Amino acid sequence: MDRIVDQFFNLEIMVAAWPTVLQGLGMTVLICLAVIPMGLGGGLLAALGSTARRHWIRWPVVVFVDFFRAIPPLVLLIFVYAGLPFAGIRLSPFAAVVIAFFLNNSAYYGEIFRAGIQSVGFGQTEAARSTGLSAIQTLTHVILPQAVRNVLPDLLSNTIEVIKLTSLASVVSLAEMLYSADMARSVTYNASPIVLAAGVYLVLLWPLVRLVSRFGRGLAT
Amino acid sequence: MATWRMGTSRPADDTTSRSNPELSHRVRSLVFLPAVSAVTRPAVSANGLVPSLEICGLHKSFGPLEVLKGVDLKVAHSELVFVLGPSGSGKSTMLRCCNRLEEPDFGEIFIEGDLITGRGVNLNAIRQRIGMVFQAFNLYPHLSARKNVTLALRKVRGMRWDESNAHAMEALDQVGLADKAESYPSELSGGQQQRVAIARALALEPQVMLFDEPTSALDPELVGDVLEVMRNMKAAGMTMLVVSHEMNFAREAADRVIFMDQGQIVEQGLPAEVFGFPRHERTRAFLSRVKGM
Repeated sequence: MDRIVDQFFNLEIMVAAWPTVLQGLGMTVLICLAVIPMGLGGGLLAALGSTARRHWIRWPVVVFVDFFRAIPPLVLLIFVYAGLPFAGIRLSPFAAVVIAFFLNNSAYYGEIFRAGIQSVGFGQTEAARSTGLSAIQTLTHVILPQAVRNVLPDLLSNTIEVIKLTSLASVVSLAEMLYSADMARSVTYNASPIVLAAGVYLVLLWPLVRLVSRFGRGLAT
Repeated sequence: MATWRMGTSRPADDTTSRSNPELSHRVRSLVFLPAVSAVTRPAVSANGLVPSLEICGLHKSFGPLEVLKGVDLKVAHSELVFVLGPSGSGKSTMLRCCNRLEEPDFGEIFIEGDLITGRGVNLNAIRQRIGMVFQAFNLYPHLSARKNVTLALRKVRGMRWDESNAHAMEALDQVGLADKAESYPSELSGGQQQRVAIARALALEPQVMLFDEPTSALDPELVGDVLEVMRNMKAAGMTMLVVSHEMNFAREAADRVIFMDQGQIVEQGLPAEVFGFPRHERTRAFLSRVKGM
């Protein structure tokens, strides 16, 4: 028992590793701040493209979305970071993470936005256009507010996935929270820093997970 | 700004105004001529007035299905033209071509002498001049009744917040729903929703109002309120083209009844003529079927 506490819940080591883990958390937050807005923006564009009436806009977007939903994000990340240099494109770990996750997230957020847009009846567009609103005004004031409200739980759920996904950045030695904790583990030869990082993820994400569950219940009743 | 249309060229048709005269007056005050210019047609109709709405040789096909096979129709100022016909006769499509929700294949449509079909027409400008009321109401569910009305006033007309609010409250008052301004569509009955939808169209001060089966989705006991609002609009001098199955309303309120079948206008005339002495066999068959229901 003491051995388990010593190896996994060693307070002394946790305190020593805390500044490193905190620094890693800063990087994790930074990745999220870059990747989530970009993914939402890219996803919105992808949704508009995949619901476009003109097929020459629609089908390239559908191919894009399908492709990046089918590629495992870890494969994509390693390809961008370690594969592209063979084509002379050398990216910093941070840039590689942002690009790979942007492509992955745009595809996923895009599918969610598409479902939301399609959940709004065409009568809404007709009513809005019949009062003289332009296509863009109809989209921003009539369609999107309803679309986003209809898929809010899915958007939030996907955002939780994105936050967890950032730990993959450790494989390209970007010093986000998991990488920092693992560094601390190898230095201290003790698993407690990893447990600490897991605890931080838990504390951050648990309220969001609860929120999604409550949304789900709210929609069901 | 806007000029008063009533009291200048309108015929005195107040004999039809059997409802609340004060309400009628308030509806009237909303009927402006907006200052929007487009291609102007010099042609003048037989009585020396340009029709409010003129449809010339309208054709429309959906794939191999020819829905409209050359429709010609003139609707005069303040006239209420009632369109009836079996489903699939093209009446809704004709209506939807009048504000370009459907794109006509051939033919021309004029609003107050201005050509609104073809390329180079500012759709968003002409649509303010043509109000449309839908069978399914199509209110914006995420906005209150008041905001349903103000959205186009602010975004299309460029009104300020307070100005658009005052205007919206006036329009909601027309349809008797000023007290429901802050209610959301889900909190309103079908009849109330449709009246808010009418207020939304009316607030833009259109020159022509199109009604696409406005009462078909309503419970029978809610139909009356909507028809009452339409009667008041008619009394206030609004030009109206109404697709509906409310025969009794047509009999008392319509200036002219049009029977459409298979993409063409088969017969038209005064309500008493068309309902009482239908000339065409297809009209007779349709009317007897409807009466049998």
